[in-house]
Order: sequence, then C-alpha cells, then structure tokens
Amino acid sequence: MAAERTERLVNLVICLLHTRSFITAERLREIIPGYSDARSDDAFKRMFERDKEDLRDLGIPLETGTMTGWEDEIGYRIARNDYALPDITFEPDEAAAVALAARVWSSAALGGPVTRALRKLEATGVEITPMPEGLQPGVGAISGALPAVDEATRAGRRVSFDYRGASDSEASRRLVEPWGVVRWHGRWYLVGHDVDRDAPRVFRLSRMMGDPKAEGPPGAVVVPEGVDLPALVSESDVPGNEVFARVKVRRDRAIGLRRQAVDVADGGDGWDVLSVPAPDAQRLADQVLGYGPDAIVEAPAEAREAVVRRLETLVDAP
Amino acid sequence: MTGATDHLPRLLALVPWLLAHPGTPVSDVAREFGVSEEQLRADLNLLWMCGLPGYGPGDLIDVTWKGDRVTLSNADEIARPLRLTAEEGLALVAALRIVSEEPGIVERTAIDRALAKLEAAAGAAAGTATERVVSAPSSDSDARVVATATGALARGKRLKMLYWVPARDEATDREVDPLRLFTTDGRAYLAGWCYLVDDLRTFRLDRVLEISVLDTAVDVTDETRRRALGAGLLTPAADDRLVTFSLDPSVRWFADYYPCEAVTERGDGGLIVRLRVTDDAWVRRLALGLAGRGRVIDPPELADEVRDVAIATLSAYRR
Repeated sequence: MAAERTERLVNLVICLLHTRSFITAERLREIIPGYSDARSDDAFKRMFERDKEDLRDLGIPLETGTMTGWEDEIGYRIARNDYALPDITFEPDEAAAVALAARVWSSAALGGPVTRALRKLEATGVEITPMPEGLQPGVGAISGALPAVDEATRAGRRVSFDYRGASDSEASRRLVEPWGVVRWHGRWYLVGHDVDRDAPRVFRLSRMMGDPKAEGPPGAVVVPEGVDLPALVSESDVPGNEVFARVKVRRDRAIGLRRQAVDVADGGDGWDVLSVPAPDAQRLADQVLGYGPDAIVEAPAEAREAVVRRLETLVDAP
Repeated sequence: MTGATDHLPRLLALVPWLLAHPGTPVSDVAREFGVSEEQLRADLNLLWMCGLPGYGPGDLIDVTWKGDRVTLSNADEIARPLRLTAEEGLALVAALRIVSEEPGIVERTAIDRALAKLEAAAGAAAGTATERVVSAPSSDSDARVVATATGALARGKRLKMLYWVPARDEATDREVDPLRLFTTDGRAYLAGWCYLVDDLRTFRLDRVLEISVLDTAVDVTDETRRRALGAGLLTPAADDRLVTFSLDPSVRWFADYYPCEAVTERGDGGLIVRLRVTDDAWVRRLALGLAGRGRVIDPPELADEVRDVAIATLSAYRR
C-alpha cells in the first residue's frame, strides 16, 4: 500500500509541476494511475484530500485557482519557482562550515533534517568539502526543546513549559511570548516576554522540563522592533561594572587566576600579587577558594570576608 | 507521519541528487541517504514507474544501470530539490551557530556568509531561522590555539604544548598527536596521543598556555585512532572513586556541570550528588571551591582532608 501511494504522490507532483494551467480534481482522477483504484466518488475525494494535505505538510507549494473563462471548477498546480531550491554557490570555506554543521547533531531529531538539507544542497551542485575525520564541533549538543520552541517562535504563538531556574527548588509553569533562541556559552536560551511576570525573560532550554507546548493562535506574538537577543542573554548573566580584586598567590601556583589577571606584581617572599576582574564578592570567592592557602584575597574587604566566612562554614560543619 | 510522508521527500530528494551525481555506486547512494541498499533499489524500482501522464516510454523516468552504478534521466519536472523545510532550515542554521561559537575551527565570517546565502535561497520558512536562532560569541578559548590545533589535525602533524592541569595547579610540557577535536557545552577539546603519559588524553583547549606545530607526522596505530574517535568526554575507569556531595540550593548548577552518577533531592531545595573522580587533588579543589555551599559527605577521610586545607587557609587569612 505504502509504495503504491508514494508512486501516486510522485506522479501527482510531476504532473502538477509540469502543467502551466490549473488541473481539476476530476481530470487528475483520470490521468493519475493510482486514483483509478477509487471505487466511488467519495472514496476518490477522501484520497485526494489526504494527498493534498500530505503535499502541503511536506512544504510543497500547492496552488489552487480556476481557469479563466468558461471553467469555474477549482484546479491545482505547483509553481516551479516556489518549489525548487535555487542554486547556491559556496566558497570553499563556506562549504567547509556547512560540512562541519552536518556533524553537529548526534540526535536523530535534528541530525536527520540536517542530512536531508545537505543532500538537497548537493543536488543543486554544491560541493561539500570533505573534512578531517576527527573534527567534530558540538559533540553531544542536545537539541531537547529546540524544535518545539522554534516552531512556536516561527508561528508567532505563545509557548508554555515547566521550568526550574538555577536557584529554584521547584519547577513552575511559564507562559512566554517567544522572540528567538540564542546560543551562548555553549547553551541554548529562549528569549521572550514572560506573560505572568509581564517582563522580558531568558530561559535556558536545558532547564525546561518536558516538551514545551504552543498555545493560542498563530501570529499573536509580535517581536519588538530592534530587540537585541544576544544582548538580553548576556545581560541576564553578567553583572555590570567591573571591579578588580587584589589576590596574593604563591609563585607558579593558581595558574587559572593568573590567566584572568590584568596585572601581576611581585609580592616578595615567593608571592605574586594579581589584579583580577571580580564582578562580585561571591563569584571571586568561588574562584579563589579552590586554591586553598595558595591564593589569599587582600582586597576588596567584602570579598576577603566572603572567603573567610565560607571557609569558617566549611570548618564548623558537623 | 505516515509511510508516504516519510518516503516521498526522500524520493523527491533522491532524483535531483542522482541527476547531479550520475554513475554513483548504489551502495554509496544508500549510505548518503541513510537507507539500506535493498530499500534504495526499491526506491529506484518505484521511480521508473513514475513520469508524465500518458506514461509511455518517453514519459517515464529512466533508470540506467551499469553494473552497480546507477544513472537517472528524463525527470525534468523534479530535477530540482524541494526548498528546505522549516525543520531542515532550523537544524542547519542551529548547527552552523554551534560551529561558529568556537573561533578558530572555521572563520566566523565564512559561517556568516554561508548563513546569508542559505537565508536568501532557502525560502521563507527556513530562511528566517537565521533571525530566530542566533548566537553570541562566547568562547573562552583562544582562537589561535583552536586554529593551530585544527590545522595540525587536518595536516596530520604533531603538536607541542604547554598545558595547565588545574587539579595539580601546574603547567606541563607535552607532545601530542592530535586525533580528534570536538566542542561540547561551549568548550573545545582535543583528544590525542600524549607522549608525556604514553596514552590517549583529552585536553581542554582553553587550558593550553602555549602551542606550536612540529614537523613530525602523527604516528599512531589505527586502533588508537579508533579509540580516540569513539572516546567519550569522560570515560569512567574502574578504579575511580565515588564521592558524594551535599549541595545547598544556591549550587544546584553543580549537577548540570559535572557528570554525576546519581542526583537526589535533599528535601530543602538542595541536592545530594554522587560522582566518579580519578584525581583526588581535583576533587579537593572542587570541594574547597564549594565551601559554605556544599561539602563532601563521603568518603569521610576526603571530607577531613578538605577541612584540613580549609583550616590552613583560614590561618593564612588570620596572620
């Protein structure tokens, strides 16, 4: 059954691409071999409706119209220009980028579509540059909620999902008008307007629980003019003004801190004094604590106290 | 999806691809399309039943075999591939965004140019994905380091590098045969044969302090190469030890960042997590970094060690 149906659909597509004028359903019934199986008018109607739906689902631009003049019955055709992928010519470095993109997805959800896209591009004459075997960007890049979120965004529909932020102990339901998806520091984020909080918000896709659901009518979401999606994501993570901390580190130790230092001075006696960007005291404490007695915060006092307090908590724990 | 809605797109993609690649061995075609040879032959048998109404010899698609090589002709109507679907556009654009976030593997401008061309050609549904799915440059690694490693991998040359080992807080000189360069969670890694330890090792490229390409060719066995390509990011070894942490709600992110074997709720918003560690120095450093927000609860001797270092550090502050 499946093969016969596919054959009928291929013939239908060929016929509708070939014709310049609209062809009526009745005429198609006569000329496309598979439709002769239909025993009644109703059976044919059902078959044809289903075929039309499948073609549209696949993104095939099926046009309807009537012949000018005497014929007033609706007919069908496929506009070749809307159907066909135009020629794309890639420079070698662009083709290399596309070739690597094909290796990104390890999951079938997005791996299949990207491979299909590549086969189409190759069919227009694009040469996909072979890349060294070991080159694999984005290994394990988890697609997760991405297709569902993107589909809602594309359709301009609201999207709802259960979400647990980094410091939330429980998940809560969010309803969001999606503006776009941003890749930042190796993670995917949804940026949009949180309907309940009535403010722009950023959500990490990996913290969504279950599948996001599109809600409400298509076209209801309007993306604000000139919104800078990447900026919204980076602002949500990094606090503003840069403050520098003074950290005394034992010579040849604390290489991680040294790499962030904007200045290194000799502290004498086997020590160096680093100037390290420290947007807030706790973050600096996070970075310094791991080096134990090899890194001592000297200033600001707030950061120094944060380190001491946290060490005391650890030492005093039962 | 019904069988036909899966099958039809493949056939409509297969025809233009075969027209552009005449005389391709059928096994290669099957691999390109991710189907069995048997399925591909079934597809071809179906295609030569298709064509223009009338369905006479001149109307049907011609499939010509030369041994195992297949050539297609007389399929003008469907000679061009269907535009990219929204799904294909998204997958491709999102993948290109991922490739672009690691500077040094491919020029970022090349990716931008490729995206612009796709946007222009792909049609409305797929094209606008370039606007909806964007990325912010964010890598911590040095583009020059990644570019050097990529170049050496492509040309099969040995690398010399100064590599920082945070667990021991030291910089080590190594020679490495690069076998695999990959990015995950926004970081670039190089896997290769390390001559310092005479074994496969995975290096984080943001911890490479200095790097240069040697004029020595990569010299590893096929077996080693295969192991490098198959290796996961962190392959737990049997002699790793299990460490259990109790984490306050403010450091729940820990479970996202480290490959935990078990994660359970503590009941107050905090977590109990268990992970395998190979390096005691690393886990001590990790535990100290969590001071005041999380602590080692097992093994107890490790908890004691961490506490001893904390006491030593506190006394340095009180001097």
